[in-house]
Amino acid sequence: MIAVEFDKVDIVFGDQPRKAFAALDQQQDRETILAETGQVLGVADASLSVNSGEICVLMGLSGSGKSTLLRAVNGLNPVSRGQVKVAHEGGFVDMANCDGRTLRNLRRKRIAMVFQQFALLPWRTVRENVGFGLELQGMSKAELNRVVDDKLALVGLTQWADKYTHELSGGMQQRVGLARAFATDADILLMDEPFSALDPLIRDKLQDELLELQRELKKTIIFVSHDLDEAMKLGNRIAIMEGGRVVQYAPPEEIVLQPANDYVSEFVAHLNPMNVLRAGSLMRPLVVGDNLLEQGMVASLQSAENAKMLNREGQAVDITMHGLDNTYSAGSIVGASIDVTLRDALSIRQQTSAPILLHDHNGYWVGALTEKEIFSGLLRNAG
Amino acid sequence: MEWLTANKLPLGKWIKDRVEWLLDHATHIFDAFSEAVEWLIESTIDGMLWLHPLVLVAIFAAIAFGLHRSWKLVLLVVASLLLVINLGYWEDTIQTLGLVLFATLVCVLLGIPLGILAAHRPWLQQVLRPLLDLMQTIPTFVYLIPTMIMFGLGVVPGLISTVIFALPAPVRLTILGVASVPKPLIEAGQSFGATRWQLLWKVELPHALPTIMAGVTQCIMLSLSMVVIAAMVGAPGLGIPVLRALNTVNIAKGFEAGLAIVIVAILLDRVCKQPATGERS
Repeated sequence: MIAVEFDKVDIVFGDQPRKAFAALDQQQDRETILAETGQVLGVADASLSVNSGEICVLMGLSGSGKSTLLRAVNGLNPVSRGQVKVAHEGGFVDMANCDGRTLRNLRRKRIAMVFQQFALLPWRTVRENVGFGLELQGMSKAELNRVVDDKLALVGLTQWADKYTHELSGGMQQRVGLARAFATDADILLMDEPFSALDPLIRDKLQDELLELQRELKKTIIFVSHDLDEAMKLGNRIAIMEGGRVVQYAPPEEIVLQPANDYVSEFVAHLNPMNVLRAGSLMRPLVVGDNLLEQGMVASLQSAENAKMLNREGQAVDITMHGLDNTYSAGSIVGASIDVTLRDALSIRQQTSAPILLHDHNGYWVGALTEKEIFSGLLRNAG
Repeated sequence: MEWLTANKLPLGKWIKDRVEWLLDHATHIFDAFSEAVEWLIESTIDGMLWLHPLVLVAIFAAIAFGLHRSWKLVLLVVASLLLVINLGYWEDTIQTLGLVLFATLVCVLLGIPLGILAAHRPWLQQVLRPLLDLMQTIPTFVYLIPTMIMFGLGVVPGLISTVIFALPAPVRLTILGVASVPKPLIEAGQSFGATRWQLLWKVELPHALPTIMAGVTQCIMLSLSMVVIAAMVGAPGLGIPVLRALNTVNIAKGFEAGLAIVIVAILLDRVCKQPATGERS
């Protein structure tokens, strides 16, 4: 189900945005448009849809238009042409052309935002900051306090409720920002480089916390980042932006394995693929009778349903399922999900020296990882 | 050169005609306004003077403590006011205090809304800037004459002159305070669905409050600096003994009355100053 859809969105800054449309349609770049029309191109022809419950990362360098596009979702930046549609009450509301009342209503109940520099109100305590959105809705004091307590517990700040925000560390301040965004129970969360102002270690921790919260809350998150590792870690889908245009919108693995153009491949060249690539996109498909003979240990598959592996002598080999403890004896065959990361696959492989059998989400054996596939993944020339 | 001076532009006469036109057509409005304001200020002053001076000193001390929780400040307030009573300027001091408080009240009621309006409207700032400059630089005596003719001698022309002189401070500082609210804070307000009114009350004004209060304190000080000039058009207060001392070359009296003004200034400044607590970053 689509929660937010960008439909041919152009955002042009300047006194006469219309003047830039013609140049924009001819795929002119930002410098040319500025020189010819005096208008500044923010975003050009952006079309993407974000499913509900999904984390979509808008990724690019500064000036790529990623923040501009994000801020069009709650109307902080005006859309010059095109539509930004947000699912609401069974239909879609076009944020670019809705009246003030609808816009306010959506901002209060459906869309919340987390800011890069936190944007907390310094004259308010942590508790009062978290309750800010609810206060704007005119919620009663008692109910407000109940919700705020709830959200403070969610981000682990109960002890700090009555402190002022400047008494908190950066990481804690952004937790307040998160709690404030969660407080209105909006199901769409806009995050504008929320962790960029934090130390790497804290950033990593907050990313993990966000993922954990997301497993529970299942929000639709549009996340802006200039950090590819962060994008790969968080995003279900990533939109790579350059000069105001979306150059590729795909799941992380596809971006790594099939970059749309030179810009994207240059971008992903320095990425560590170990945590991004998953066995499913590297594996060789499994067919009955396939000979997985490797280092004289494993023989062919007898039937895909029962997945019996026979060794050279025709005896069945036990398959150990990949689990939490992650220790396997040498020579054993490990079965794992197609979602297992390249890092885990390497670790299994290191211990067993045997190929890994892969099953899909329905439990059927569908593929195998041998040395060849693992090396291709590391060198990123698979797919 | 002769042709330049031969035909003098009738600027002064033009202004004089306007004032006279106003006097001819709106005397009763001026009179009614003058009487109402005079009654308001004088009954306030009379009310304060009706209390025993020591009771009033105690009330002031309580206000100072209530605002700042500082015994040192309370001591300063009590000692200074007792000195004023001792010197015999209690009544004049209260009259000055009444005038200053009223002038400040008018300035706050006019200046802060005007500042808020201007902070959001660049064109209004453009219009206001020369006007505010004019109000602060034009010699007081120039507008003292017409206001005196319009409202008669007494506290009202004093009040009006004081307001003209002191009003620019709260206007300017309100503009500064409201206009300097960081954009992310405004956007945070907007993104959670604040109306314009909520944005003003819950984001802009709280952020601008320290700056606005600095404007109010400045306004009080500027009002106080006008007491002697207000006294020239008949406003009661500490300006009267200063003027009298000037006319009679009475060094002793001049010094004492001047000291009383300084004391009021110091007390008002200390009491009105924003408490410097750790609550604000």
